[in-house]
Amino acid sequence: MEEKILKLKEQLENELSKVQDAAELESIRVAYLGKKGCITELLKGLKDLSDEEKKSFGQKVNLLKGEVSAKIDDYKVKLAEAEVLKEIEAMPEFDMSIPANLERGSYHPITLVQRECEKVFKSLGFVVEDYSEIVSEYECFEALNIPKHHPARDMQDTYYLENGQLLKTHTSAAQNAIYRKYKDALINEGKPIKAIFPGRCFRNEATDACHENTFFQMEGVMVGKDINISNLIFFMKTMLSEVFQRDIKVRLRPGFFPFVEPGFELDINCLICGGEGCPSCKQSGWLELCPCGMIHPEVLKAGGIDPEEYTGFAFGLGLTRLAMMKYGVKDIRDLNSGVLKSMEQFTDGE
Amino acid sequence: MFLSMNWISDYVDLSGLDKRELISRFSLSTAEVENEIFYKGSDLSGVVVAEIKSVEEHPESKKLHLLKVDCGDGVLTDVVCGAPNVRVGMKTAFAKLGAQIGDITITPRKLAGYTSNGMCCSEKEIGISDDHGGIMEIFEDVALGTDIKDIYQIDDIVFEVDNKSLTNRPDLWGHYGIAREFAAIAGRELKPLEVIDLSQYDNLPGIDMKIENTLCQRYSCLKFENIQMNVSPVNMRIRLFYCGMRAINLLADLTNYLMLEMGQPMHAFDSRKVEKIRIKCFDKPFVFRTLDGVDRNVDENTLMICNGDTPVAIAGIMGGLDSEIVEDTTTLTLESATFDAVSVRKSTVRLAHRTDASMRYEKCLDPEMTVKAIARFVKLLMDIDGGVKIVSSLTDEYAVKYDTVTLSFDKSYVNRYTGIEISNEQIVKTLESLGFGVTLAGEAFTVTVPSWRATKDVTIKADIIEEITRIYGYDNFDVHTTRVPLYPVRAYEEKTVEDKMKDILVKRYSLHEVHSYIWAYYDEYKALGIEIEDNVKLVNSTNPNIETLRRSMIPTQLCQVKSNFQYAADFGIFEVGRVVDGLKDDNLCNEKKKLGITLFSKTKTIEQLYFELRDMVAVLFDDIKHTAITLSKKEATHSYQHLKNLNAIVADGKEIGEIGVAHPVVSKKIDKKAAIVFAELDVTEFAEITNKSISYEEPSRFPEMTVDLSFVAEKFEPIANAIAKANSPLVKKVSVADIYQDENGKSITVRILFSHAERTLTREEVTEVTDAVIAELAKDGIALKN
Repeated sequence: MEEKILKLKEQLENELSKVQDAAELESIRVAYLGKKGCITELLKGLKDLSDEEKKSFGQKVNLLKGEVSAKIDDYKVKLAEAEVLKEIEAMPEFDMSIPANLERGSYHPITLVQRECEKVFKSLGFVVEDYSEIVSEYECFEALNIPKHHPARDMQDTYYLENGQLLKTHTSAAQNAIYRKYKDALINEGKPIKAIFPGRCFRNEATDACHENTFFQMEGVMVGKDINISNLIFFMKTMLSEVFQRDIKVRLRPGFFPFVEPGFELDINCLICGGEGCPSCKQSGWLELCPCGMIHPEVLKAGGIDPEEYTGFAFGLGLTRLAMMKYGVKDIRDLNSGVLKSMEQFTDGE
Repeated sequence: MFLSMNWISDYVDLSGLDKRELISRFSLSTAEVENEIFYKGSDLSGVVVAEIKSVEEHPESKKLHLLKVDCGDGVLTDVVCGAPNVRVGMKTAFAKLGAQIGDITITPRKLAGYTSNGMCCSEKEIGISDDHGGIMEIFEDVALGTDIKDIYQIDDIVFEVDNKSLTNRPDLWGHYGIAREFAAIAGRELKPLEVIDLSQYDNLPGIDMKIENTLCQRYSCLKFENIQMNVSPVNMRIRLFYCGMRAINLLADLTNYLMLEMGQPMHAFDSRKVEKIRIKCFDKPFVFRTLDGVDRNVDENTLMICNGDTPVAIAGIMGGLDSEIVEDTTTLTLESATFDAVSVRKSTVRLAHRTDASMRYEKCLDPEMTVKAIARFVKLLMDIDGGVKIVSSLTDEYAVKYDTVTLSFDKSYVNRYTGIEISNEQIVKTLESLGFGVTLAGEAFTVTVPSWRATKDVTIKADIIEEITRIYGYDNFDVHTTRVPLYPVRAYEEKTVEDKMKDILVKRYSLHEVHSYIWAYYDEYKALGIEIEDNVKLVNSTNPNIETLRRSMIPTQLCQVKSNFQYAADFGIFEVGRVVDGLKDDNLCNEKKKLGITLFSKTKTIEQLYFELRDMVAVLFDDIKHTAITLSKKEATHSYQHLKNLNAIVADGKEIGEIGVAHPVVSKKIDKKAAIVFAELDVTEFAEITNKSISYEEPSRFPEMTVDLSFVAEKFEPIANAIAKANSPLVKKVSVADIYQDENGKSITVRILFSHAERTLTREEVTEVTDAVIAELAKDGIALKN
């Protein structure tokens, strides 16, 4: 009997050492500890033994059973560990030199620049408005104090339509509608008008790298009691510093636009050289950026607002020009080309 | 326009002031100055008056001469000179050894074997004209050795003003008006123009002249004769040259000089050709030869100066060749007139001929200037040529007079408009320095606008604010923020929707946003076989390729897809843009804001791509408006649409857009194998959909049950209907798990999710529902698979 036990132990060690996976281990377990397993068989032999022998042999077999069970469990853990190791080892080292797949959508650069500007104005309590692209002569000219026979109304600059309407030549064409929309709140509730209105504009001209017949502007107006030139300068400086994310110096020069009085050309210190003078600013240190001014009394009147009581300022930003400046786009025609090799480069990275 | 600081300084003493600084202040207060400032004469020194004492031919050169030159130092200097006009006794400009001419320093130089100890200079070499035909001859009676800068105004500061910034300032088209600005900026006095008193000729006979068309506002003229001089004084020629004009002869130079000085264009006729001056238009078009020898088609709207019925000049634009001053001209008629600005501008455009004169007339010149300009002209002419004789009285007809503009305002108005405090004293001083008449009573100002600002420029009190503030200097403003009441700002829904659409399409579906044009490009449409549909047209497009506005974004996008067909195997583009759907009842354009999406794929079937787009559109509605869409079949009506699978996109019971497949003909022209699908949504109508609010349903804490049922069916719709009909509150979600097609036909597996909020489901209650669905479908002959 003793011998049998020893042999079994030996045999078990031998078999366990060859075990490859959980299934084999399980079959060993069954072979030893199962209902018909050899240890169970050993116990069956008990009935032929004397009580004394039964007792001692029974103890030994039970001990063996425990030992075998523990050994198998031990192997189970080892096997599991080995499998995890195997799995870990089976994984290859990935090739990190393969370039990342950057496939993604893209925004039009105008959208990106427009959103940046809108963000600034929204933070200053401006409402973002929109307006039609086809407008009347009245909206585009008369309401802006641009009389008949003004050079800006020449046929060669404006796309006229068969029905007498036209493609708006500037976002200012929405001013009249904006004033009319908000004048009651201004007059009755004292709410100042603060609005920006980005939009697409059209000029009837031949296109080249610097000229497009279809481009974007963004107009802004603020009207209230006692809005003055000092406010205008403050506002333009603050707004542009936000847009360009740095402290911008502004400079105002007289500029003539029929819908403002006084009207200004606003220069900012050159973004490239900071004002020292470089080829970008033709050594002047300044960049002409946007026209602005105090809204002409006739324009307020046309919008239903009494210029004796209310004053305001207006400004126009060339969104297309801003986008070109910001991204270094050299040919303006790229923007409307729909060529995805160009367009895919513009993402919302702010 | 180029401006000479010397010329300006004739009228305002700017001594002791930094000129560069003044020019930069002028740019900030008046009109834009180009960046480059020219310091004329700064690169010239050591050039003196010298006399040629002897001239010998060079033994070996036909061109060169050997000169001995006396430059006042008592010795004769040997000079080798190639100019053809050398002669003994001639005084010329001589660059001595060590002299500086541009980049060159004069040193002894060997020329064809002879040493030249200096250089005789042409006017071009000195930089005072472009004449390089010979060396400069000096007629002035000055001592030899005198520096030529002591005789001539060669040293000057010249700057250029951007003409565009002068469009509203007729008074700034001459040096005198500019000088007025400098006087105001520098706080110095403006000197009057020296003129001659023309009344002394009142007893002479007048000129037969009559304005027959009031497009001529004022016409002034004077006749004179016996001009001896032909060449203008050097200093006058230098100024003209520095200002970009070429000297021609005394008369032409003087009219140009006057124009550059006062901004008043003038014209001199041969008096024999203008015995009976009539200013009028003709009944019908004709051809007229201007003095540049060009035949021009003149129409009945163009104002002409005539001799009786013979045209002699196009008013305000250019004189005629026939009435030009010629060699045997003895008597001249000088014209100084004002014409209607709009009329001149329109004529200029019609003739496609812009001149220095017309450029000025377009700006609304001051009619008060005509007579003064003649008085100034005569003064200058007589100073140069004492023999000139005036042979007529000043003849002047003033047909259209501007009203005097008087404006009243209070100090409080200035404070309110500017936001800063400017003293009454400073306001008065500024306005007076600019020529305004000012009376101040307490805090009330009354301002009379000078005639040269009253033609269109200054008409309202806000204009006066500009006068005060620009001279005050915007750089000197104390800037501060506004004081306005606070109130919430409500976003504009259409804009919000547009932004969200863009974000979803870019971020979730990797589409590319593009921009395009509002019109149809004929050639591009044609290349794809897309019909140009009748629509509102541009009336004045200069490009024959663009004329008709687009009715839909989709043809535009198909063209853009075409130009990108090699970009990638799969891509999608979108744009939020405008289309015009004809005219509305009120004859206004029916402009619509649309979202157009077009997908292109070489790896997917048309059906797969179509469903991808359908899902995309459904997500837009679900995400932005929490609204489901339904699709309903539509008949194709446009050449770019496939006849099948065109569906209306319906939300809230309203058609918001459509989804479809590109017509195979169009599709094949883009790419033979690719699938192309499109959708177009009306952004405005989308924005108007009511945003369904979210009503929270707590998830059940009890197990859910999922049942898959496979039916042999062509379409999902009857299955969905049957489930709906079963109307069980236990059904929480219905989806399609699989669609399978084999030789036995199509089968659809529907997955139904059951749950109950308060208890565990029983198999029986679920089976009850599924059995009802199966029974319902069986009625329509739709059976469970196997």
